[in-house]
Amino acid sequence: MIRVKSTLAVLSAATMLGLSGLAQAGATLDAVQKKGFVQCGISDGLPGFSFADAKGQYLGIDVDVCRAVAAAVFGDASKVKYSPLTAKERFTALQSGEVDMLSRNTTWTSSRDAAMGLNFTGVTYYDGQGFLVNKELGVSSAKELDGATVCIQAGTTTELNLSDYFRANNLKYTPITYDTSDESAKSLESGRCDVLTSDQSQLYAQRIKLAKPDDYVVLPEVISKEPLGPAVRQGDEEWFDIVRWTLFAMLNAEELGVTSANVEDMAKSTKNPDVARLLGAEGEYGKDLKLPKDWAVQIVKQVGNYGEIFDRNVGAGSELKIERGLNALWNDGGVQYAPPVR
Amino acid sequence: MTTHTFKPDLPPPTISIGALGWLRANLFSSWLNTLLTLLGLYLVWLVVPPVLEWAIFKADWIGDSRSDCSREGACWVFVQVRFGQFMYGFYPTELRWRVDAAAWLAIIGAAPLLLRQMPHKLRYGLGYLAVYPLLAYWLLHGGFLGLQTVPTSQWGGLMLTVVIAAVGIAGALPLGILLALGRRSDMPAIRVLCVTFIEFWRGVPLITVLFMSSVMLPLFLPEGMNLDKLLRAMLMVVFFEAAYIAEVVRGGLQAIPKGQYEAAAAMGLGYWRSTLLVILPQALKLVIPGIVNTFIALFKDTSLVIIIGLFDFLNSIKRATADPAWLGMSTEGYVFAALVYWMFCFSMSRYSMRLERRLDTGHKR
Repeated sequence: MIRVKSTLAVLSAATMLGLSGLAQAGATLDAVQKKGFVQCGISDGLPGFSFADAKGQYLGIDVDVCRAVAAAVFGDASKVKYSPLTAKERFTALQSGEVDMLSRNTTWTSSRDAAMGLNFTGVTYYDGQGFLVNKELGVSSAKELDGATVCIQAGTTTELNLSDYFRANNLKYTPITYDTSDESAKSLESGRCDVLTSDQSQLYAQRIKLAKPDDYVVLPEVISKEPLGPAVRQGDEEWFDIVRWTLFAMLNAEELGVTSANVEDMAKSTKNPDVARLLGAEGEYGKDLKLPKDWAVQIVKQVGNYGEIFDRNVGAGSELKIERGLNALWNDGGVQYAPPVR
Repeated sequence: MTTHTFKPDLPPPTISIGALGWLRANLFSSWLNTLLTLLGLYLVWLVVPPVLEWAIFKADWIGDSRSDCSREGACWVFVQVRFGQFMYGFYPTELRWRVDAAAWLAIIGAAPLLLRQMPHKLRYGLGYLAVYPLLAYWLLHGGFLGLQTVPTSQWGGLMLTVVIAAVGIAGALPLGILLALGRRSDMPAIRVLCVTFIEFWRGVPLITVLFMSSVMLPLFLPEGMNLDKLLRAMLMVVFFEAAYIAEVVRGGLQAIPKGQYEAAAAMGLGYWRSTLLVILPQALKLVIPGIVNTFIALFKDTSLVIIIGLFDFLNSIKRATADPAWLGMSTEGYVFAALVYWMFCFSMSRYSMRLERRLDTGHKR
């Protein structure tokens, strides 16, 4: 669903490179500091990743990444302005300098990384395409889906992944294509299709839309790799490092047990050298990044560590109740791993 | 001697008068009609009770969260909670009075124009058209004369829809009339220019135009220079609709008999005066239905700005449905949207009918 392939986007990116060249190293941080806020490109509405609550406040994992960068740069997570972008305009917005960073559930792929004039700074969420089925079907694995009718959304790589998977496993299926996630959810509910396929993070959101969410289950198989992460313009390594290490700081904080509640105490009184380095009690690691000494303290205090962000937006503390799975830390069965601050 | 008196008339048979008679004459006059009537009633019975049950009887009206809804019927709580966002987008809550003020000023200012007897109506109307946009800009955007700036990125909801539509209408009508006149001009340069403009904008879909304005245009501008997204969208809507209006108006111009032109010339009127005083008043009156038709289409077309990430009325609703706290409320949201769009379009069409009746000077056949 996320990798909407747009030749236009590729074309425009190519044009861009030809027209105005690469961004200057250091230029973005200077510009951001001058204007006093981070302009962050987010999604125009994706449950758990970026959405607006009833008060008009933007929330979600992607939004929190923007806030964390602002906290690192300014010591104030509220110094962000958001640009809700559609899937098609996101890369242009980044290229043309309309936004300073893109945090918009974008899958990190080689073509995007290499040919579009942008750099992915890390992975905020390891996603992948999965299946949602009615429990009554009695299916416990995607391999048992032979002959199933599958609901898909049109114009996304979801279709290609699905056909690859079924062909590789020698299974037959009938696709029904829909335009929006609401339609496919309704269709699953009414029994028009047996299975709904989409990125796993979205399947949980789809499930809430159903009248009886508990009658449906997400199958364990994940048939594609969709690492979602923030991206910045190519050529400005300084800004790239800041965005990258903002995420690393949140991951390290979780690994070291630093939370938004205890971060201030720990910054003052920690005995653990790793924590001391991360929180600026020891060494000048913030300075290397051209950030204040307490950059990581501000990130964790105002936004939280990675685990807190995950729980609050998509995990146990949210409506979506997605399990950590791949997104658990490396020492906890997942693949989230951050290099150390030292 | 007995005088012959007529007996009083018997009343007509009860089955041929009143409701019963009407039913018999119109709904059950033949077996085919009877069959169709019954079929129609069956369809109504099939559709209406479930819809009413969903929308009204089993619906939940009060509350402030998803758990207040039983989900057996519609959950209007969702619309109620998000109503402010649907109307104003992210316009700061404490400044929303400015939007209301702009709306009331528009209504109050336009009211005298609807009065039949009003002196200096033309002068007042022109003055209104000149002053109101400035006033509205000041109120909505602010930034001078003591009002705080509200950047257009915070505009949204129905307010944004109405702003785009109003600017589109106010810009497209005059531009369209000029284009129509230009297309009929004797001067080749102007004619070619107008034909090219009209055919270009009529030849591309609005969605493409909006997409280009948002995705391609920034690449050609120098880095750091960002034309306001809303401004881009409004310009595109104006150009696009002006091309359509031009063709509608040209239809009216062609319907004016040559005698009118000649009569105006014989009275010694030059091109502009004969056009403004003789030709256009007649031509525009003829094409009111066509113009209003275009405006209604324009109003609905504004929802296409969804493609460039502007949060108009429809997109505000779509955004609200992505909130995990309210997942699965899209039906309620879209039904509400349909109702509001219908109200606007229907009132436009009623107004145009009124206008037609009032300006009717005997051309009707």
